[in-house]
Amino acid sequence: MIEPKITDDLVEAHGLKPDEYRRILDILGRTPTFTELGIFSAMWNEHCSYKSSKKWLRTLPTQGARVICGPGENAGVVDIGDGQVVVFKMESHNHPSYIEPHQGAATGVGGILRDVFTMGARPIAAMNSLSFGRPEHPRTRSLVSGVVAGIGGYGNAFGVPTIGGEVRFHRAYDGNCLVNAFAAGIANADAVFYSAASGVRMPVVYLGAKTGRDGVGGATMASAEFDDSIEEKRPTVQVGDPFTEKRLLEACLELMASGAVISIQDMGAAGLTCSAVEMGDKGRLGIRLNLDRVPVRESQMTAYEMMLSESQERMLMVLRPEKEGAARAIFAKWDLDFAVVGETIAEDRFVIVHGGEVKADLPLAALSGTAPEYDRPHRPTPAPQPLDDVPAIDPIEGLKALIGSPNYASKHWVWEQYDHMVLADTVRAPGMGPGVVRVHGTSKLLAFTSDVTPRYVAADPVEGGRQAVAEAWRNLMAVGATPLAATDNLNFGNPEKPQVMGQLVGAIRGVGEACRALDMPIVSGNVSLYNETDGSAILPTPTIGAVGLLASADELIGAVPQAGDAVLVIGATAGHLGQSALLAEAFGREDGPPPPVDLDAELRAGHFLHGQRASIRAATDLSDGGLALAAFEMAQAGGIGVEIEVEDIPTLFGEDQGRYLVATADPEALLAAGRAEGVAVALVGRFGRSVVRFGSVEAPLEALSRLYLTAFEAAVADLAPRSGAA
Amino acid sequence: MKAAVLVFPGSNCDRDLAVALRGAGADVEMVWHKETALPEGVDLVAVPGGFSWGDYLRCGAIAARAPVVPALRRHVERGGYALGVCNGFQVLIEAGLLPGALMRNAGIRFVCRTVALKVTTAHSRFTAGYRTGQSLSVPVAHHDGNYFADAETLRRLHAEDRVAFTYGEPVNGSVDDIAGILSANRRVLGMMPHPERAADPALGLTDGAALFRGLVEDAVPA
Repeated sequence: MIEPKITDDLVEAHGLKPDEYRRILDILGRTPTFTELGIFSAMWNEHCSYKSSKKWLRTLPTQGARVICGPGENAGVVDIGDGQVVVFKMESHNHPSYIEPHQGAATGVGGILRDVFTMGARPIAAMNSLSFGRPEHPRTRSLVSGVVAGIGGYGNAFGVPTIGGEVRFHRAYDGNCLVNAFAAGIANADAVFYSAASGVRMPVVYLGAKTGRDGVGGATMASAEFDDSIEEKRPTVQVGDPFTEKRLLEACLELMASGAVISIQDMGAAGLTCSAVEMGDKGRLGIRLNLDRVPVRESQMTAYEMMLSESQERMLMVLRPEKEGAARAIFAKWDLDFAVVGETIAEDRFVIVHGGEVKADLPLAALSGTAPEYDRPHRPTPAPQPLDDVPAIDPIEGLKALIGSPNYASKHWVWEQYDHMVLADTVRAPGMGPGVVRVHGTSKLLAFTSDVTPRYVAADPVEGGRQAVAEAWRNLMAVGATPLAATDNLNFGNPEKPQVMGQLVGAIRGVGEACRALDMPIVSGNVSLYNETDGSAILPTPTIGAVGLLASADELIGAVPQAGDAVLVIGATAGHLGQSALLAEAFGREDGPPPPVDLDAELRAGHFLHGQRASIRAATDLSDGGLALAAFEMAQAGGIGVEIEVEDIPTLFGEDQGRYLVATADPEALLAAGRAEGVAVALVGRFGRSVVRFGSVEAPLEALSRLYLTAFEAAVADLAPRSGAA
Repeated sequence: MKAAVLVFPGSNCDRDLAVALRGAGADVEMVWHKETALPEGVDLVAVPGGFSWGDYLRCGAIAARAPVVPALRRHVERGGYALGVCNGFQVLIEAGLLPGALMRNAGIRFVCRTVALKVTTAHSRFTAGYRTGQSLSVPVAHHDGNYFADAETLRRLHAEDRVAFTYGEPVNGSVDDIAGILSANRRVLGMMPHPERAADPALGLTDGAALFRGLVEDAVPA
């Protein structure tokens, strides 16, 4: 095939700015070939190069006593004792999910699972943080149904329990939904695999599914804003096959155990290009690929298409040559492709040969090493105006406004479509704080949570960034876990706009401060920018996925109260209503500053909770919706009523940070301990009867529960799902 | 008691089933679908949940034609025990070892939750650890568990007391709320719910444990 001539229009269509193209000309000293232009665009787009965020990501704390491997590899690696590690990461699949919700979300799950098992870890838990537009927006119902079915369809077949996550709705996501997929796996500390190639003339092996034309240009697509032409971008979305991924998992783990793997890298964004360059660059080697040997499922594919395809369920590996026979046998057993497609070379070149012709011959290190990096202009978000007066509202009506909204109603309609029990180690199902799973064959438990409050971040990015981390930490503490580390998935609008860049810079600062103070380093992450449609950006959404460890089930703090238990609030209540859920859901208002985060107070309240574990029957963190929502949710989980002795709105619905709601049979012990340790502890009510009462007003628990359990489906479930087989 | 757990490329509850069987005292061997014989002296063949061949075509249809299935069939014809859970139930039906069909859930969507299950007959080795009419809490996790059979088959299943479990709540639209059925000789059980996920106190559910205990302790050789 004759490759097209390089023109300014072609360069622009590849998402490369004129100055970036000039840099390419400088590096090469000549005009690139079409295939080479494609390779540069794949490596230098925002999605792969982090060119707008790198400067700020470097400021995040990434080290810690338990951190074995921080950002830069496929996923973070953290020590959990007994020679075991947990490997985890969160990654976005926002743009593809809006274009094609089922496949976009499914391949997001597939990609994050591969990131985990490419390091030698067997996935044991998944979560998803989802943000959609207004429930009444014409696309929302089909997006929700498609994304949820896509996540379930992939994770369920693969065989990983999906044990938690978030779902939110806000008009700012009308034109860009967010799908942030998290996965965690377990490996032995001495059997973690990395991507750096080593050794010259070592075979480079292609593993897994065949290469097709799906996803060509996907990473470049994901590095641009949307406009009304998005329907035309559907072919850039990949198609997932969880059955192949499951086989690839088992085959890769067998392969790793056989001693055949020198290094391994999954093919994600920008497929063969990114994975080969990554392995070569990290090992300071060159790579030569012969594309005639790449297993393809479509005929007449060009070098350009093969290098940019994002076909799923593929891996690239550098093989110990003496193990080739054993390695081939493993892939034959699982009926997967295994092809030696190239070799490592000593020279710093990335050489692509196809049909006997050299289609690309580039300096490999320069492809990633000289990728552009920007210090983009950033304008801090102006300080929020003080909160206006909040009108009077009956607290029961306030609670109904929350639990009748899909934002705060039960999400069981979502998580019942996910197999959250496969692997038979799920100790705490979704729906009540973090998901908790047992590390198979041990007494250890791992807790997982994902948190962010985008309203807060929009009002004050630094405070909102701090809050996202603090809430994740608090959620882990509330189940009795010791927080280990976190992964950040930073979703923002167009970084070329100073106000958006200001949000990113502010949020990263807040995230970093809180991670440092709470000793919860960021060990992996992902940045998704250009989440804008027709110039309108999403709320800044720095999702924090966090992992905590429990030595055994004895450390687990319950979630279900018993009748007669006292209700206590640990941590100080000031009644902060700015940017609260009540304001948003009952009055349609988002004003005032977000609640301030006092990281020292956060630490004190958390450690106090753990110190008093023995006298606590159930605990939950206080966040959106404050005391009123948390008390209702805990009562609902126990199937018993709750009576709270206050009815003033700031106390009930304020979102002051650093607080927990606990149920205990021994309130005196907790009150005395609080006095002794200088931690605010307040007795606010009691579980029992079959009503929810706030001071002088009450409603039957049953009616409230019905609203809570049905509001989500009523608001956003697809009314007429398509029938027929998948 | 010696059990073989079949492993298809997309099985994902194979380990869970082996753990539950071992927990009850069975000696368990995993058997790859490309094998053509079962290990010597196997008393029970367990077909696990999962997505044996991705659930492409019909669930269980491709697995029912795997090289290992003729050996399973001979084992059953000799009077050996077989247990199919979830996708395993689908495989046993597709292999013609149990009657009826499992269709897409009436609600269209995948459903994973702990449901109320009723023991309809205690008259089998699988259910001997329960009382007839006993209520259990056992998880389901499936997309295609909507059991259907023609009127004559249903009449026989009921007349021969071969309905092992029924749902105590709406789950998937199964005819007569059927959740599990026995073969004519009562030595083959297929069920959609997952007893292996309810056999460990650490997970908070234990109602499935009696099924494995009864099977392991009381099994008589074929």
